[in-house]
Amino acid sequence: MTTESKNLIEIKNLTHDYGSVRALDNVSLEIRENEFFALLGPSGCGKTTLLRILAGFETPLEGSVTLAGVDLISLPANKRPINLMFQSYALFPHMNVGQNVAYGLEREKLPKAQIKERVEEVLKTVGLQDKVKARPSQLSGGQRQRVALARAIVKRPKLLLLDEPLSALDRKVRSEMQLELKRLQLEVGITFVVVTHDQEEAMSMADRIAVMVEGTVGQVDSPVDLYQRPSTAYVGDFIGESNFFDGVVVAEGIKHASLGILPGNRYGKDISGEAHLLIRPEDLRVAVSGEHSIPTLVQDVQFYGGASTLVLGIEGRSAPILMSQPGATTAQRGAMVNLTWDPLKAIVLPRDARRSAL
Amino acid sequence: MTSPIRTRVSRDSEKRRDLLERMVLQGPGFLFITIFMATPITLVAIYSIFQRGRFGGIVYKATTENFTRALDPVYLGVLTDSLKIAGITTVLAIAIGYPTAYAIAKLPTKWRSIALVLVVMPFWTNFLIRTYSWIMLLNREGLLNHALMKFNIIHTPLDLLYTQSAVVVGLLYGYLPLMILPLYASIERLDPQLGEAAANLGATKARAFFSLTLPLTASGLIAGSIFVFIPSLGNFIVPELLGGGKTVMVGNLIRDQFLKARDWPFGSVLALSVIALVFIFFMLQNAVEKRFSSDASE
Repeated sequence: MTTESKNLIEIKNLTHDYGSVRALDNVSLEIRENEFFALLGPSGCGKTTLLRILAGFETPLEGSVTLAGVDLISLPANKRPINLMFQSYALFPHMNVGQNVAYGLEREKLPKAQIKERVEEVLKTVGLQDKVKARPSQLSGGQRQRVALARAIVKRPKLLLLDEPLSALDRKVRSEMQLELKRLQLEVGITFVVVTHDQEEAMSMADRIAVMVEGTVGQVDSPVDLYQRPSTAYVGDFIGESNFFDGVVVAEGIKHASLGILPGNRYGKDISGEAHLLIRPEDLRVAVSGEHSIPTLVQDVQFYGGASTLVLGIEGRSAPILMSQPGATTAQRGAMVNLTWDPLKAIVLPRDARRSAL
Repeated sequence: MTSPIRTRVSRDSEKRRDLLERMVLQGPGFLFITIFMATPITLVAIYSIFQRGRFGGIVYKATTENFTRALDPVYLGVLTDSLKIAGITTVLAIAIGYPTAYAIAKLPTKWRSIALVLVVMPFWTNFLIRTYSWIMLLNREGLLNHALMKFNIIHTPLDLLYTQSAVVVGLLYGYLPLMILPLYASIERLDPQLGEAAANLGATKARAFFSLTLPLTASGLIAGSIFVFIPSLGNFIVPELLGGGKTVMVGNLIRDQFLKARDWPFGSVLALSVIALVFIFFMLQNAVEKRFSSDASE
């Protein structure tokens, strides 16, 4: 992590219900200044509720939200220094691009010349300077999104919320926009909060990610730490590909019912009894003779150009084990492979009922 | 490519098929318009330039007298009165209809259809009967006067019936659903996120209404206004029953010319003038709508 910066948003003990459904359950979070933050989770995890509370479209049942120390919840939506890029963009169909972008500035009662200048400037930033007079319906999906983005950042908010910013774009435009968002965030120096269910989207852009689970925050960390040091089996499973072994905690790792001792690391955590062992596919390797290993059968070989994935089976286990290797592999379907791994890269995690529900 | 003849043949048969398809698809509409619109209007136009027969009917001697007579202040007055009454009715229908339609569109889905049925329910009863019932409500011995006197708000009954206001009330009552329905349709189509976007950009509720909701529902507003204004302009039942003959609208005048005065040519001229007015309003509507819809979908 870079030098410790100040918190912009402080969320404390936020709870919210929709009817009888608990959408947020005692959520506390800090979002730092100039940070690219992501709220990541499957649909129904409460991330959208949190976004709507931040934007002021929803008033929470309990808890507090402050922005730079000032209470947000008592502030109506139109008075908050927060702008939102809607998932559907929500552009005004009867206004052209210039009018859409100017709308927020006009509400601030800025002089006309200044509005014009800032609209032109922001449209240049998003590369739409020649579309000022176009209607939203005349633009492509990617262009519409740029207008939505321009309309949100032209107000120079303290916080920019982005609701599933890349979900509606096709693959090529997506990666373009991904870079663009990152560049913009550095350029304009606004705190970005992205809400997404797409871990790639979150992992590739965010400085820190909060993984949300059933209305609670599971873990808040950098993308690398989330991947390498998940604090729960749920998070480990949700982020990236993973292999899980279930067993009972022993000094060297876990003791599996049929495979015996599987070495792993608890990373200082106090875990006992039933536990999961998480190993990422790229941390598995073929054992040389004499090493402690588990025997597996190659069920399938998938070659992706830059890397290959071996799908391996163990007797008495239905879930396949994935092992990835750089480049091509010589392994053939039906061959036996002895697997081993660096115990430091295998993580012992407390038993998590939610993981088996996945 | 090698045989231009064959392609020409197939193109010919294609053309024929095209023609057949068009006849099937457009024929019924064309027939309807010819029989129920073009023919009567043509007849009326022809009647208007001839002289009246002694006991009705037409004497085929051309004259312009019918037209000059229509410019008489008496008749022009009836026309402007009719425009005024229809205009007031339309404005009131907007004032009542817009909030109503808005409220219905914001109801939970299952209540919406119930509310819409309630809006349309009066149409299940004959217009004439419904207009008669207003006499019961408004006359000197009527329910309204009774109620007002009972609560000591007034001491002598008010002359509510047989006034221009009674005519406006009757027309408003009769045509309000025609304002609410198109308005509801356009309000219901509005993306609620646009309102949130406006708030997010700093707009107050009022500002969001005037800058988004109103322009984006303009087509429904215009359609509703046309639906209320035009039948109000030509209505003769309501002025007859609730206006008590004191308020004469152009519809009464036309009917009287045909049925009482037996002056078909003059009646035709008056009918033509109403048709011309309606036409002008449609053109206006078209122009306004084009402006808004080009804003919306260009």
